[in-house]
Amino acid sequence: MNYVLDIMGPLLEGTGVTVQVFLITLVISVPFGLCLALLRISRFKVLSGLVNGYIWLMRGTPLMLQMLFIYFALPFVPVIGIRLPDFPAAIVAFVLNYAAYFAEIFRAGIQSIDRGQYEGARVLGMSYTQTMRRIVLPQVVKRILPPMSNETITLVKDTSLIYVLAMNDLLRAARGIVQRDFTTTPFVVAAAFYLLMTLVLTLGFQHLEKKYAVYDE
Amino acid sequence: MIDARDVHKRFGSLEVLKGVSLTMAKGEVLAIIGPSGSGKSTFLRCLNHLETINSGCIDIEGETLVSTVSNGICHYAPDADLRRICGKMGMVFQHFNLFPHLTVLQNIIEAPMTVKGLRREDILPRAEALLRKVGLLDKRDSYPARLSGGQKQRVAIARALAMEPDIMLFDEPTSALDPELTGEVLRAMRELAEEHMTMLVVTHEMAFAREVASRVVFMDGGEILEARPAKDLFASPEHPRTRAFLENML
Repeated sequence: MNYVLDIMGPLLEGTGVTVQVFLITLVISVPFGLCLALLRISRFKVLSGLVNGYIWLMRGTPLMLQMLFIYFALPFVPVIGIRLPDFPAAIVAFVLNYAAYFAEIFRAGIQSIDRGQYEGARVLGMSYTQTMRRIVLPQVVKRILPPMSNETITLVKDTSLIYVLAMNDLLRAARGIVQRDFTTTPFVVAAAFYLLMTLVLTLGFQHLEKKYAVYDE
Repeated sequence: MIDARDVHKRFGSLEVLKGVSLTMAKGEVLAIIGPSGSGKSTFLRCLNHLETINSGCIDIEGETLVSTVSNGICHYAPDADLRRICGKMGMVFQHFNLFPHLTVLQNIIEAPMTVKGLRREDILPRAEALLRKVGLLDKRDSYPARLSGGQKQRVAIARALAMEPDIMLFDEPTSALDPELTGEVLRAMRELAEEHMTMLVVTHEMAFAREVASRVVFMDGGEILEARPAKDLFASPEHPRTRAFLENML
């Protein structure tokens, strides 16, 4: 038990990094994903096609590869060549990648809303923007809660990939101690930390689902 | 109030409306009857731009919604005008299309607030009066899923009326209801007619058409075959297809 308390310091530091990457990614990629979804379903074929290609690229290649590319290769790309420090590079990769997944969740949610809802709003004089904001998206939120819950929980665990940029997240911190002390206890503690984080998310999403259960469809 | 001339509508190669013309005066209650697939719902949906037409002209209260010039290309009014002109018409759908995430009251005040920019306290008295009128004031805080079909449709009527339309369009308002629930909806519509609301009703309710409508239009195969005062049309249908249809229905 004393040993567990001894290693708590570096593990908590690692958890701090993990939580930061998680929160920043979530806060940026959800609205970004919504924008992508709206472009994807828009009438502008070119934009829709571009977004489609973007999603294919982001879902079709490993997140780790994307992160390595942004950190190591981006500086050498002509015109947009930019050298990012490790933390921003990781955030950019995570946001670009997760926005693509969120976009598809939003798209599925939006397209599952009955046409009658649009018509009902339209004959009341509501514009497309008003219809989306007041009628469609509030209903979409309820429908996409389960897949969003899945995706955010995956994000918590995916943050461990930032070790490739030599950043000290929870898992890398644990591994460091394992290699130093020749004991697997840090892994168990790290697992408990991950479970705690995903428990918070699970409960949060369950609370939201209950909140939205006041109405049926 | 409504003046439609030679309206044509195609879905792909299928011609659904083959030159429909209809005029309607203020305060008139008009019922459109006819077999399924006759184009009557499509025609109604063309009037408020839920469907775009391929050619023809539609004027609403003297304003041009869409017109077709000699070269056969039809021109719709600019977007802002379209919304204003269509805003003069309320619509009630077969499947209600209530907003499930909003309570009955919220369903009614949503559009007056977002579209007309009214404050909640300004629209509330009117919303409550409308709910009382359709007999659902006690359901104001219920969600639509908790209502019966007949109650849903009465909320839909109140919701449309909250926007203070000059014309009400009804697209088979009782077709999705259990037979014992149609009466309460028809009663609400009858009351509306007695207040001289201009109404255009696509319906399979022959009794309603006969008793409430001032004129009845019979459509079949994308055309209007007869449009006459209700009593005359039911007593002595002129067209053989009207006669066959009525014999089947009654």
